[in-house]
Amino acid sequence: MAEPAIELIGIDKSFGAVRANKSIDLTVERGTIHGIVGENGAGKSTLMSIIYGFYQADRGEIRVGGRRVEITDPNAAIAAGIGMVHQHFMLVDNLTVVENVMLGAERSPLLRKGIATVRAELRRLEADHGLEVDPDAIVENLPVGLQQRVEILKALYRQADILILDEPTGVLTPSEADHLFEVLKQLRAEGKTIILITHKLREIMAITDNVSVMRQGEMVATRKTAETSVAELAELMVGRRVLLTVDKDVAKPGDPMLSVKRLTVKDGRGVPMVKDVSFTVRAGEIVGIAGVAGNGQSELLEALSGIRQAESGQIVLCGREIDPAKESDPAEIRRIGCGHVPEDRHHMGLVLPFEENENSILGYQDDPRYQKGLLLDLTAMRRDARDKIEGYDIRPADCRLKTANFSGGNQQKIVLAREMERDPDVLLIGQPTRGVDVGAIEFIHKRIVAMRDAGKAILLVSVELDEIRALSDRILVMFAGNIVGERGPDASESELGLLMAGVDEKEAAE
Amino acid sequence: MSRPYAKLPRWIDYGLIPLVNLVVAFLVAGLVVLAVGESPLQAAVLMLRGAFGYAEGFGFTLYYATNFIFTGLAVAVAFHGGLFNIGGEGQAYIGGLGVATVALSLGAILPWWLNLPLAIALSFAFGALWAFIPAYLQARRGSHIVITTIMFNFIAASLMVYLLVGVLKPVGSMAPETRTFDVGGQLPKLRGLFELFGFNLGGAPLNVSIFVALAAAFLIWLLIWRTKLGYEIRTLGFSPRAARYAGMSETRLIVVTMMISGGLAGMMALNAVMGDQYRLAIDFPQGAGFVGIAVALMGRGHPAGIVPAAILFGMLYQGGAELAFDMPAISRDMIVIIQGLVILFAGALENMFRPGIGAAYQWVRFRTEEPAGASVGEAK
Repeated sequence: MAEPAIELIGIDKSFGAVRANKSIDLTVERGTIHGIVGENGAGKSTLMSIIYGFYQADRGEIRVGGRRVEITDPNAAIAAGIGMVHQHFMLVDNLTVVENVMLGAERSPLLRKGIATVRAELRRLEADHGLEVDPDAIVENLPVGLQQRVEILKALYRQADILILDEPTGVLTPSEADHLFEVLKQLRAEGKTIILITHKLREIMAITDNVSVMRQGEMVATRKTAETSVAELAELMVGRRVLLTVDKDVAKPGDPMLSVKRLTVKDGRGVPMVKDVSFTVRAGEIVGIAGVAGNGQSELLEALSGIRQAESGQIVLCGREIDPAKESDPAEIRRIGCGHVPEDRHHMGLVLPFEENENSILGYQDDPRYQKGLLLDLTAMRRDARDKIEGYDIRPADCRLKTANFSGGNQQKIVLAREMERDPDVLLIGQPTRGVDVGAIEFIHKRIVAMRDAGKAILLVSVELDEIRALSDRILVMFAGNIVGERGPDASESELGLLMAGVDEKEAAE
Repeated sequence: MSRPYAKLPRWIDYGLIPLVNLVVAFLVAGLVVLAVGESPLQAAVLMLRGAFGYAEGFGFTLYYATNFIFTGLAVAVAFHGGLFNIGGEGQAYIGGLGVATVALSLGAILPWWLNLPLAIALSFAFGALWAFIPAYLQARRGSHIVITTIMFNFIAASLMVYLLVGVLKPVGSMAPETRTFDVGGQLPKLRGLFELFGFNLGGAPLNVSIFVALAAAFLIWLLIWRTKLGYEIRTLGFSPRAARYAGMSETRLIVVTMMISGGLAGMMALNAVMGDQYRLAIDFPQGAGFVGIAVALMGRGHPAGIVPAAILFGMLYQGGAELAFDMPAISRDMIVIIQGLVILFAGALENMFRPGIGAAYQWVRFRTEEPAGASVGEAK
């Protein structure tokens, strides 16, 4: 049997007192696709950063092709034949594909020769791997899927034998993701080794040969994909059984609480992001908005919550009409009875340097119950915060702790507790479980369903199709600023995927 | 957990790190003194003795510190709102106009203790108004507040020259300054108070406005950490998007924050104009507005840090003046170099030693705690 492509032996890495990687052993066979799964904070990214030379391991060694290598920086990783496709692309948006591929490998002060080499090489890669892309296209004009392809080409141009992909499908439509998997399979067929980091278990099942599971900095198991199941992997990831589906009864929709008619919203640059959108959310139902990120969902949520001025259209919230001509006011929307769990909890939903109890009044700082004369009533704030910490099992249970020191899941619970405990009639929720670990996802989903059962109208925006399908009573699909279809919760994933990709509704129905 | 450095205890954050910065600043300053052929140790002794060694010197140190408390608080308030107010100098200058208005018109009529509250109100109002224009431009037009406040320093300086040379100068006088205030426009010195304890302040201009400064420090602490307005200012400072989400008006907050900041800078004139010179003279702030930036940075925006930082800079001013007097090789400009080094290490390079100190602390703690942590692991 050939030497493994890459071998990690006893890798240890600490940041201060936090041990991000604990004696990690990993063997990746040549010509395989190896998945690495784990919750956020399990240490996957740290491990990959060590392989790619961003960090140095405290202990342990890395062997590539059986030979021990010292990877001190990304250049050393490239020299060892390792390429990386980052979750957030490292591309220069206003350069062409050729220029991006050449970047850092120009070889001479004048670019002519370099460009010619890159062109020739790109043609060869296209012929060999079917990695088609217009070499003269400006990168920012390319769809996300092709931008990712440029990243892969960059790695291949640098003669990478081992390709690391960090959460590659997070930004892709289902069809783009399928295409990526085809490319990866073909690369595998040509003897390349691929390491795929993801938290989506279905992708692991669909494409990998082997899979390793990380938990709390440790490599807890490695399995042959064919011999494992989603349930087993999920259990290994969290260390106990979790519900992947949400138990809920059929919705009993009541009166319309939020209706939107012909709403148009522009973004900061004046580009219309929401175009003439109309829908209604009734009391006691969860309406999910599915869509690939960047198709207007964010702007829609911001307009509904008063953060962004709507261009035109009509919003009726709890029977009160919101005049789009008037300056939008989030405080006013809140007073009418609309809670908002924002998509971006780090910059919008929370002030990370604040103490936890300070964040638990954000948006409700005008409430008389927190005032004592001219001052804030700290006792009341902290009492309130402690109640929410208890009710939502927020850990650590310390309302004086800086919010940045809570984990993603607990931060999200802080926001949820604040918005839900106000008992709003309408709740807008954006990406409720982004960056949240599996254990907290279950809790958050249960809470959302409980709100619905209490007769609240809930609008849910998420890029996680699984989440939309598990929670929603009705699903609206957004594409390029329009609502392109409405489906029931039993709609198949491929059907929704096609709609999300902008394929015409009639075609999708076929 | 991907935080590279865990939270450090407060005594390191607020005690050890500023101290290390300060020591390094003085070591480098010592090298400068050495380079001009004087003994750094002797210079340090002279400086400390000049600032703290005798009652009069100490009186001067506290007098300068009073200026810096006002301007330091001014910069700190704006900083909490995410605004960099470089205009303290101009706001203090215009604040002097407010003080002079009270002192010139009512100095012969009312006693000082009735004029003081009026002067506080007017100096605050004048400074606040001078900050209002840049604040409004920032809030409504997006003109960067750093640029506009710098420019307003020059406008203030030119305006004051115009007023002092043309309008406010008494007929027949050659100096570009107002007439001397009547006795009701003069704040009492603290000489009598110190004499009760057997200290002789001599000619030190330390006056009652230091109590106003300390009260302001307390009130600013209350404002920032205990009121709704302070909560909103901090929210805006950390995250404008969160402030928008929470329904706070950015325009209102920028204007209010900057006006409080400008008002505090304006109050510095109480000390210099009404407490010392008894007249409004040209360029009386003498850079206190800029020193306030360093004081606020070094005090980490907290009144409890700003007061000691202000005393430190008061010491540099007073001790430096004595040093320049006693050591002929050290000129006034050398003192500015030393002050600059303190600003550089304590302000601009504030975080230079933080990673190292943090790592050392973690290492020590980790080594002492590991056995305990290991036994917990086994118990599972």
